[in-house]
Amino acid sequence: MKALTLLQAVNDALKVEMSNDKNIIVYGEDVGVEGGVFRATEGLQKLYGEERCFDSPLAESGIVGTAIGMAVAGLKPVVEMQFDGFVFPAFNQIVTHVARMRNRSRGTWSLPLVIRFPYGGGIRALEHHSESTEALFAHTPGLKVVIPSTPYDAKGLLISAIRDPDPVIFAEPKRIYRSVRQEVPEEAYTLPIGKANVVRVGDALTIVSYGAQMKEVLEAAAKLAQEHINVEVIDLRTIYPFDRQTIIDSVKKTGRFLVVHEGPTNFGVGAELIAAVNEDAFLYLEAPPTRLGGFNVTFPLPRGEKHYMISTDRIVQKAKEIISY
Amino acid sequence: MFEKYDPREGKRLQLMDENGKFTPNGGPILNDDELLDAFKKMLYARVADEMAVSYQRQGRLLTYPPLKGQEANQVGAVLALKKTDWIVPTFREHAAWATRGVPLYNLLLYTYGNEEGMNVGKDFRILPVSIPIASQTLHAVGIAYAMRYKKEDSIVLTYVGDGGTSQGDFNEALNFAGVWNVPVIIYIQNNQFAISVPRFKQTAAKTLAERAFGFGVEGVQIDGNDIQAVYQAVKLAADKARSGGGPTLIEGFTYRLGAHTTSDDPTKYRSDEEVKQWELRDPILRLKLYLISKKKITEDDISKMTEQFKKEVDEIFRKVESSKDPTPEDIFKYHYKEMPYELKRQLNEYKTYLEEGK
Repeated sequence: MKALTLLQAVNDALKVEMSNDKNIIVYGEDVGVEGGVFRATEGLQKLYGEERCFDSPLAESGIVGTAIGMAVAGLKPVVEMQFDGFVFPAFNQIVTHVARMRNRSRGTWSLPLVIRFPYGGGIRALEHHSESTEALFAHTPGLKVVIPSTPYDAKGLLISAIRDPDPVIFAEPKRIYRSVRQEVPEEAYTLPIGKANVVRVGDALTIVSYGAQMKEVLEAAAKLAQEHINVEVIDLRTIYPFDRQTIIDSVKKTGRFLVVHEGPTNFGVGAELIAAVNEDAFLYLEAPPTRLGGFNVTFPLPRGEKHYMISTDRIVQKAKEIISY
Repeated sequence: MFEKYDPREGKRLQLMDENGKFTPNGGPILNDDELLDAFKKMLYARVADEMAVSYQRQGRLLTYPPLKGQEANQVGAVLALKKTDWIVPTFREHAAWATRGVPLYNLLLYTYGNEEGMNVGKDFRILPVSIPIASQTLHAVGIAYAMRYKKEDSIVLTYVGDGGTSQGDFNEALNFAGVWNVPVIIYIQNNQFAISVPRFKQTAAKTLAERAFGFGVEGVQIDGNDIQAVYQAVKLAADKARSGGGPTLIEGFTYRLGAHTTSDDPTKYRSDEEVKQWELRDPILRLKLYLISKKKITEDDISKMTEQFKKEVDEIFRKVESSKDPTPEDIFKYHYKEMPYELKRQLNEYKTYLEEGK
């Protein structure tokens, strides 16, 4: 076991899997020589050669479009979009082909590929470097969307994503890329895609979140605990297909539900989870299921981003509102 | 490789003219038996195409994109490939599908409105119909990368239209192919129109082929209605690709004699006279003139063959018409290897609704 950051765990997952499977090809902008602008792919080119890890021309649609061809022909491309906000040139390839090839060919062709990118704000970045786009992909039939929140989860989920027979959007919480270290096994291991993780057991309220937002949610849970309010915290881990059962079981126990995410509120992941709670746990509810999400505004530049980001205190306050409803 | 036919010097590769005569630089590339076989394949594609349009007019088939006039670009190119080479089509390559050997039933079933038609297995090495313009050219470049990586002796041919050359993906595909130096042929069927928009409104470049040179890729313009020119160009480009020489851009200069799709009215944007001029350059007509002059075939043989093909296509289409519609399961179960709970739930709810309605 080694103590790794989330970023190092991503790198470690790629290293371990690439040594297990020579069909894995890693490429993107600055991915080869430099090892990516965040260094997620550092050292891979040295270890596995330029044919398996390389810098592509600067064109996201080209990166994803060629990955489709590679996957059709039996390779397993793991490509990087440099930032969340630069995924859009590739959006056409993702929604018109990546998500549809299996269905279009009635199962003849499948696309076992992974599209990785750092997502989310709070890093005082330029415009287009702070986006949370998971709902766009979760809304598209044919895709899986995975977001880890810890180093251990990042490695296990990325290895699962690479081994998955279907295309996976793997969004990495860049705000917490380097903030925490955690013991991570050196060998390959997997965590199931589609399975949420109950990270804190409680009975007063169910809080679901994922990615970087988990940090403030867990801080809020700790603060509430000091006031003898024990909330249950679930890390969603997979946005789609989401783990309805784990959420419903928890809400049936607590009777109250809050979902917290950085992405814009309207038509967001929270709306979907609340719908699920209403469908399957309506009679257990003692307060309206509630969402605390990002505002439906363009993500602000650094001077204004403090207003956008959801603080620990806002989560505490919202939790109390629900509990005292 | 194509130095003699630099499109920037206004040159176009043609081996047989519209009268079925070899040009001064031309000559037989395929022998007469091979040409007869190619003629039959083009005629079959023509018959199937015209029948499909007529089924649509009778209300028996849905929107259909005719390829009439472009047959040589497809039959000639696929004949020049090996069976293990990949084809990455758009939506107007029925002659390419047929030449590769895919049953016509599949394409007609797909056009009839059933995805099952695209379930042709992997052995034909042809990707499904791709409708978003030029997006498929990138898939071809990726396959080419995989072929080289796996040290397979296979190359990739992808089609795109004149309108498609305006898309970013076309340019990215040429660029990636050039940088990676992978075994791919990007074949533009320049049929002069992107639905209603004429070729000159797509680019200020004099030819589409010359656009390759800006990417460090070789480009050549050929008479796309001359099947020998098509065969020759694709064969040379394929040999080059196979031996590590990298990508080639081929512009087949051709014409769509029919509508863009059966929903389109071409009289809105082009004159009958123009169409008539191009009918004289029909790829099937010139090969017919040549084969008749060589006594390989007679007018009578051709009408018998045409009748025979009509019967075959009609039998296939009747099978399509008696095919079963997709079940609710069919529209759900191919999105993921294993159906996620949410999809199962929606499917079950719908099935329960159907049951209760009985």
